Amino acid sequence: MDATQTKDIYTEEFLINMGPQHPSTHGVLSLELTLDGETIVECTPHIGYLHRSMEKIAENRTYTQFIPFTDRLDYVASMNNNLGYVMVVEKLLKLEISERAKYIRVIIAELNRIASHLIAIGTFAQDLGAFATPLFYCFREREKIVEIFDQLCGNRLTYNYMRIGGVLTDFSRDIEEKIKKFIKYMRPKVDDYDWLLTYNAIFLARSKHIGVLSKEMAVNYSITGPNLRASGVKWDLRKDEPYLAYDKFEFDVPVGKNGDAWDRYKVRIEEIRQSLRIIEQAIEALPQGDVAVKVGRIHKPSPSETYFRTENPRGELGFYIVSDDSVYPYRLKIRSPSFSNLAVLPELVRGLKVADIVCVLGSFDILMGEIDR
Amino acid sequence: MRPDEISAAIRAKFPQVKEEAGTNYIIVPKESILEVSEYIKNPPLSFDNLHCITGIDRKEKIEVIYTLYSIGEHYGVTIKINLTSEDLNIASVSAIWKSANWLEREVYDLFGVIFSGHPDLRRILNPYDWQGYPLRKDYSNPQLIAKPRL
Amino acid sequence: MVVIEKIPGAELIRKVPGGGFFLTTSESFLKWGKASSLWPMTFGLACCAIEMIATGAPRFDIDRFGAGVFRASPRQCDVMVVAGTICVKMNDCIRRLYAQMPEPKYVIALGNCAISGGIFYYDTYSVTKGTESLGIKVDVFIPGCPPRPENLLFGLMKLQEKIRREKDAAR
Ligand code: SF4
Repeated sequence: MDATQTKDIYTEEFLINMGPQHPSTHGVLSLELTLDGETIVECTPHIGYLHRSMEKIAENRTYTQFIPFTDRLDYVASMNNNLGYVMVVEKLLKLEISERAKYIRVIIAELNRIASHLIAIGTFAQDLGAFATPLFYCFREREKIVEIFDQLCGNRLTYNYMRIGGVLTDFSRDIEEKIKKFIKYMRPKVDDYDWLLTYNAIFLARSKHIGVLSKEMAVNYSITGPNLRASGVKWDLRKDEPYLAYDKFEFDVPVGKNGDAWDRYKVRIEEIRQSLRIIEQAIEALPQGDVAVKVGRIHKPSPSETYFRTENPRGELGFYIVSDDSVYPYRLKIRSPSFSNLAVLPELVRGLKVADIVCVLGSFDILMGEIDR
Repeated sequence: MRPDEISAAIRAKFPQVKEEAGTNYIIVPKESILEVSEYIKNPPLSFDNLHCITGIDRKEKIEVIYTLYSIGEHYGVTIKINLTSEDLNIASVSAIWKSANWLEREVYDLFGVIFSGHPDLRRILNPYDWQGYPLRKDYSNPQLIAKPRL
Repeated sequence: MVVIEKIPGAELIRKVPGGGFFLTTSESFLKWGKASSLWPMTFGLACCAIEMIATGAPRFDIDRFGAGVFRASPRQCDVMVVAGTICVKMNDCIRRLYAQMPEPKYVIALGNCAISGGIFYYDTYSVTKGTESLGIKVDVFIPGCPPRPENLLFGLMKLQEKIRREKDAAR
């Protein structure tokens, strides 16, 4: 090639915007990509497109009135959010709840964990190009859980079921039967996923060794939940700082080896199995008694500050509550897991191809409602 | 280690650090945040996980609260820094813990605390051209309709 | 639509072996086609989007109404389902998406948030109070927080009804 030709042919980086309306950004996330051909040079996430100012709202709601808002934080795992919030208020009020309520909370929280992981798996597979089928399979199973919740509290998505001092309603006989039936139904289905998807050659090729997150980096970025465990850190609040009745059940904490996208997916599949185990034990050992302590709807804690965190399907959800002399919280901070999980994305996708960014993002299972609050 | 032991260990090393009455929160003067962070990040205390950064507007001052955990050792500590409303500058710890990057941006966005030394201090949740700091108690905005109180 | 019974000589037509045909005005034919192939835009904003996906999933199967082809590009869509809370930062984006859709275009506001701000009406500084406040005309409002999938299907049927009743089929 002579000099004149090389002068004409040159490459340059260009900017491309992915989102906020994009089918694989899992909500309204916008990624600003600097590309060199197909290769990602730099990736800058822009968030806040779903910033609903929950923390401001909390300052003008009583402790009970804020429960419905926690549903809308992480709308795929509403029960777990309810749980995290009511537990921090109970800690603030130094309230002890009944054994039965604890068990019911465990069962419900684990059921919702399964529902949430199902969506994570389905959308991840869809992002990798397995169009619609895995997603539809996952939604089919999720519907069964939603049906149970619907019967329990009358809504399909925003449950508002956990209350300060217990839960809204007791289990009817019917529901116990349904949950037992669901466990029986779900076990072979998880094996099906393994069989259809997990070891599928194309799936492996797309997700193995993509977006490798090392142990040190995961801890330094404060990654939590399945994403942390996929990097090989055995850390699960249900085991390490047990709350409710989690110390009474036997279950394993699945960990990954490489910390790549496939590991993150696989940890979720295993967690579904473990959740089923927990539910099975809990429903067998369900104690009798009241489901709620009689407390009023208006609470007036003494001025103090409390932080409490629970293990959500996406990681550790923490609430920092500052109370003053009134019935409203002075300040409520929500520490959402997805927020920290997303922060690591630019590090992971540097040097990958554009198609891989979808894979990495999907494997992190982020949810915008929780990131932006 | 129990919370009071952790607090005692940090106070033994840095005499300027205080403990909040009634709790085990430690209060660090804002000049020494970097050296305290550097110390507790590494063994023997090894707080490798900066979990959360919170701001609280106490009207006369703004508190910044760092919640830290140690994954290996299973304990945590809460650090408090008091800032007067005249001087909202504080050193960024994002070089020590990477997670601080976004968490500090959020506190900047909502409270207007300036983290000096931060690699990319922009608003994060609100639009980049937003005016005011929404979580301050005196924030007002025509959009904001207050719900009648009880 | 004009059915065979209503025209003179319907009996004769029946008698033709393998017979039977169908008369209609081109206008109603066009409307029928429009109403039965509404392509929605995949545009999930918040919680309500999950219910929108659930409506697309097997149990509720939105495909029965010809509206199961969720398109990612606004240029291929007929109906924008605003599913979720609209935040100030998102305003311009929604307006632009709406402008990019080709005519005829319809808007369904799914959920209280998209109607008026819903649960986020008070005390927020960053939530837009409804789709209409953006200057986008909404055809069907579906209340609920979130609306059940049945509600979305009902809303869709209402929209189809509306299209069939339209005066100007070429809209
Ligand atoms: S209407 Fe309710 S469920 Fe729907 S987006 Fe708004 S808060 Fe979420």
